[in-house]
Amino acid sequence: MKVDLRHVDWRSLWRGLIGRDGSVAGRIVPSTGFTAQLTMLTAGAMAFLAVFALALSFATGRLAERWSQSLAQTVTVRVSAPADEIETQTGTVMAILQQTPGIAQARMLPEDEVESLLTPWFGPDVPIEALPIPRLIEITEGGDGFDAEGLGLRLAAEAPGAVLDDHTRWRKPLITAASRLRFLGIVSLALIAAAGGAMMALAAQSSLAANGQVIRVLRLIGARDVTIAQAFVRRFTRRAAAGSLAGTALGMLAIALLPNMDEAGGFLTGLGFQGWGWLWPLLIPLVAAGVGFFATRWAALRMLRAVP
Amino acid sequence: MIEMQDVSFGYRGGGALLSNITLGLPAGSFHFLTGPSGSGKTTFLRLCYADLLPSGGRLTAFGHDVAGLSRDGIAMLRRKVGVLHQDAQFLDHLPVAENIALPLTVAGQPVDMKALKELLGWVSMTNHARALPPSLSGGERQRAALARAVIMSPDFVLADEPTGNLDWDMSMRLLQLLVELNRSGKTILIATHDMDLIRTARQLEVQARVLRISGRRVQLAGADL
Repeated sequence: MKVDLRHVDWRSLWRGLIGRDGSVAGRIVPSTGFTAQLTMLTAGAMAFLAVFALALSFATGRLAERWSQSLAQTVTVRVSAPADEIETQTGTVMAILQQTPGIAQARMLPEDEVESLLTPWFGPDVPIEALPIPRLIEITEGGDGFDAEGLGLRLAAEAPGAVLDDHTRWRKPLITAASRLRFLGIVSLALIAAAGGAMMALAAQSSLAANGQVIRVLRLIGARDVTIAQAFVRRFTRRAAAGSLAGTALGMLAIALLPNMDEAGGFLTGLGFQGWGWLWPLLIPLVAAGVGFFATRWAALRMLRAVP
Repeated sequence: MIEMQDVSFGYRGGGALLSNITLGLPAGSFHFLTGPSGSGKTTFLRLCYADLLPSGGRLTAFGHDVAGLSRDGIAMLRRKVGVLHQDAQFLDHLPVAENIALPLTVAGQPVDMKALKELLGWVSMTNHARALPPSLSGGERQRAALARAVIMSPDFVLADEPTGNLDWDMSMRLLQLLVELNRSGKTILIATHDMDLIRTARQLEVQARVLRISGRRVQLAGADL
């Protein structure tokens, strides 16, 4: 059965959602405490998970973007040669780089920067001069970039000890992995919404089955299917909204309490929201209420129409 | 008001319970429907308010062929028909007054509290307005059901064995209320196997006719009361 939005009584739904539940229309269906608590608990758990899926999606998106941007414009030339040739080959490489179109800057890393790069591996106070460390030249691309393949061939011909490393080898898989993680985060959100909707539909059907007498009485006095369905829909939509609001709040609190990115670097500490991004999770209760509304309405009308 | 042309009905898996019924229930009429248990009295009433649809023939209610009505159309039809069952069912979690006003609530109409109080008084249920249905006696339930059946001011009131669970005094009270409704222009159809009830109607000076279900057909039994 397709959902026909033309027949949704939006005004009545809105009144039902924000109106007092103490009105007779709001109390047509008897309240069932245990079912209500379970429905709210499930909606809350789904919202809690949705916050993390959303955070994962945002974090991996940022990661992919950062890797893509920061690494795409940085290329390194590594010069390894015997001690008596290293200066000559380095000079040749620098000359070639300065002549190559599309290179904004070529900078040989000074010893202290090389030392800082090696510190994580060898510890502080590395005697660089005693190690056969290759010279590192950092290239910054300019304009439309340069012909990496042509530069590589020229370096091989004129400075055999020089190797051009544009990071493509390991950058692409990382970006692909981050993009897929982001996609998986979105898929997770969709699955959470689908599971939440299915749960609401099952709970509504169970509630309808348990309220056979209510339905018989309402039909006898001329209640339309949509009126009967609405009595159930209103209750479940409210439960979904209330439960998911609590779950979202807890999820956001848990994310906020994660270690700060400044304290330790890495992907895990990037899991979270930044700036206006904190507003996105606030959509979860609205989406949950919408999913609850349509799932319950669909299930209720389907069940009511199956009974003559 | 209700017109039947060769109407037949049989439950799935069973033979025909009613067949070739041709009759009319004009507006403002008062009919008793009698017949032995299992003869199809309740089925006949359910056909009248489209709780069941004929398997053959044509049944017209308020000018509409019920077979052609949508689900919403059937709901609208039922708002014009007040139904009173032997086992009157209510929403047990709502007080009597709210149960009585329920047809207005589901129709989205405002409840006139003054009219509701008058109605409660008419069925002698003023003192039970706040009571919950499970606490009512059989007679009180029937009177509350009658009030609920007429709150929308229906043109047609159907009663299925309305006095089945009541003592004689309460049966008379209920019959009087139905006669009062008929005098105000409502069409009344009462299914009953209580012949004493039918005989008593004479004393109330009501122009009632008796229909009898026999051999799957509905016949006019004797002269007007």
